[in-house]
Amino acid sequence: MSATGQPGAGLPGAVWQRVRGGSSLLPIVAALAAVWIVLGAVNPAFLAPENLVNLTLQSAPVGVIALGVVLVLLVGQIDLSVGSLSGLAAAVVAVGSVTLGWPVALAILAALACGVVVGLGYGLLSTRLGLPSFVFTLAGLLFLAGVQLRVLGPLGSINLPFESWFVRSVQQGFLPTGVAWALVAVVVVTSAVVQVTARARRRRADLPAASVGQVLVRTGGLAAVLSVIVAYLGAARGIGYSVVLFAGLVVVADVLLRRTRWGRSVRAVGGDRRAATLAGVPVRSTVVLCFVACSTLAALGGVLAAGRLGAANQGTGGADTYLVAIAAAVIGGTSLFGGRGSAWSAVLGVLVIQSIANGLTLMNVDQAARYMVTGAVLLLAIIIDMLVRKRREV
Amino acid sequence: MSEPQVPLLSVRGVSKRFGGVRALVDVDVDVREHEVLAVVGDNGAGKSTLAGVLAGAHRPDAGEVLLEGRSVVLDSPAAARALGIAAVFQELALVDDLDVVENLFLGHETLRGPLLDEVAMEREAWRLLDQLAASVPSVRDPVRTLSGGQRQVVAVARALLGSPRVVVLDEPTASLGVRQTAQVLNLIVRLRERGHAVVLVSHQAGDLQAVADRIVVLRLGRVHDVFDGDASYEDLLAAMTGAVRPGARRETRPDIRGVRR
Ligand SMILES: Nc1ncnc2c1ncn2[C@@H]1O[C@H](COP(=O)(O)OP(=O)(O)OP(=O)(O)O)[C@@H](O)[C@H]1O
Ligand SMILES: [Mg+2]
Repeated sequence: MSATGQPGAGLPGAVWQRVRGGSSLLPIVAALAAVWIVLGAVNPAFLAPENLVNLTLQSAPVGVIALGVVLVLLVGQIDLSVGSLSGLAAAVVAVGSVTLGWPVALAILAALACGVVVGLGYGLLSTRLGLPSFVFTLAGLLFLAGVQLRVLGPLGSINLPFESWFVRSVQQGFLPTGVAWALVAVVVVTSAVVQVTARARRRRADLPAASVGQVLVRTGGLAAVLSVIVAYLGAARGIGYSVVLFAGLVVVADVLLRRTRWGRSVRAVGGDRRAATLAGVPVRSTVVLCFVACSTLAALGGVLAAGRLGAANQGTGGADTYLVAIAAAVIGGTSLFGGRGSAWSAVLGVLVIQSIANGLTLMNVDQAARYMVTGAVLLLAIIIDMLVRKRREV
Repeated sequence: MSEPQVPLLSVRGVSKRFGGVRALVDVDVDVREHEVLAVVGDNGAGKSTLAGVLAGAHRPDAGEVLLEGRSVVLDSPAAARALGIAAVFQELALVDDLDVVENLFLGHETLRGPLLDEVAMEREAWRLLDQLAASVPSVRDPVRTLSGGQRQVVAVARALLGSPRVVVLDEPTASLGVRQTAQVLNLIVRLRERGHAVVLVSHQAGDLQAVADRIVVLRLGRVHDVFDGDASYEDLLAAMTGAVRPGARRETRPDIRGVRR
């Protein structure tokens, strides 16, 4: 009787509605395309395969950190200390594996454990004492930066041995071409199977389902995008292991957020904490888990940064790391106000910021101009976030 | 009517303060299976607070809640829900950014393996909403886009999910039209027939006359009176406002404020 939820009710209309409602990644994809077109027009070297390979390698560590930031933003919190924590994690890997002579794997685990502990601490401060995360993560930023200096010791910089498997795989590890294409095939087939079975189940249940055309378009689009990426980057060194790790983490986070009870709790808590409590959502554990995930990802980002640099020093994770990570999440479309966003915003946001940084460096523009441009882009993203939110409140 | 020995849900000597405000004072209330217990009272009488105590949203400062005669601790709405007590709160408690299905199943989603079973949830959502004659355009629209009445129906539907033993409804018909109100009342009657216990907070005389078996009148946080379901509205008004009922005059004025005892 009242079942009027046809999906076919004007596909462009539905897409437009999602764009206006802020739940679409389309605007940010368009923004990224615009950035690339402009930078490529000014300096064709920007779009060269080798430079784009560099871009992906630069983006992976901070992207992993930004993914964690997306999770805390989604529950309506923030973590300002991700940069310091990533620096501390880098220091732990270096000191553990070089100074103390641990196996690298153990040192990496120790670094990740630091992240888990810090995240648990934040979660308890937030849920048990009700402190605002803006304040205690600011304290954490300073405290962890101090711990990082103490761990590094008087030298302030420790080089990782180049021949260790860890440094080699982060710096020079690239997916063999055959494996990359096999991966593309697996992803496309998996996506197609998921869509087809979902469609079949929905039709059997008499629910509106995607048309065959939509399934074909989506699958074909995915295959095309992945093929272009693999072919284009393959013209140079290809896809780095750290990039694969980042992409894998994003896919996992995306599935967790959209398809599991935990993900739904995250969005509910971020959207309306009181309503979520009254509905019986385990608010505290949801918030604690987001802090733990964020801190662990920040630590992992630091580990990757150390591997990429082949060293850990006082500057690792310092300066603008946390700002870039948070800016990336917001530019990618995750709301500062909680409840709204996607794991993919970490990828898109980081690509926008790193493209600007990379492109301006190629043009020999100085650091000052890079900061100003990135700041302007962030401001734009926040204005858009605010406008979407305002419109929703009307 | 055959009354079971032990009430399904009772509160005994429950008090609750908010700062200096005594929202509930030494309240005793019972609700049995096959019974609709109505709670009425002036604004601020403590009705929502009582509903909150029953649904696990408020911890009482004193007194206890008994389920089938056994003392239970309802320290969260989730705990109450786990014991079979579901509620529609006055402020509805819907998450605006989530869609109708997501809101309906929030906190107790249907799973298929480790993942959410969207198909099962969407079907069940339509079934429930049709039962309530809800005119929701699409169950995949965010709740933010719904009208006040549609939101209320969604909140009622959520409380009915998984057939809880006790359903607490805090003014569930406040912003509903005639047809939806009738459907909700129908549903309450059906719940009673099926053996559920219903606690209904309402201002609407029509609701009470249609479905209430007993009516508890709260005034200034105390149980002021308990009436049978067929009590006249004038009697209720008099008890709610503290006005002495002058005979059986039809034009009893409700504007006389409660007098402190
Ligand atoms: N969370 C709270 N914090 C402080 N005071 C509260 C709170 N909730 C209720 N009160 C107070 O407790 C008293 C009872 O409130 P309650 O909401 O239970 O009344 P009610 O009978 O539901 O009224 P209404 O008919 O307006 O819904 C009021 O004086 C109110 O101001
Ligand atoms: Mg109330």
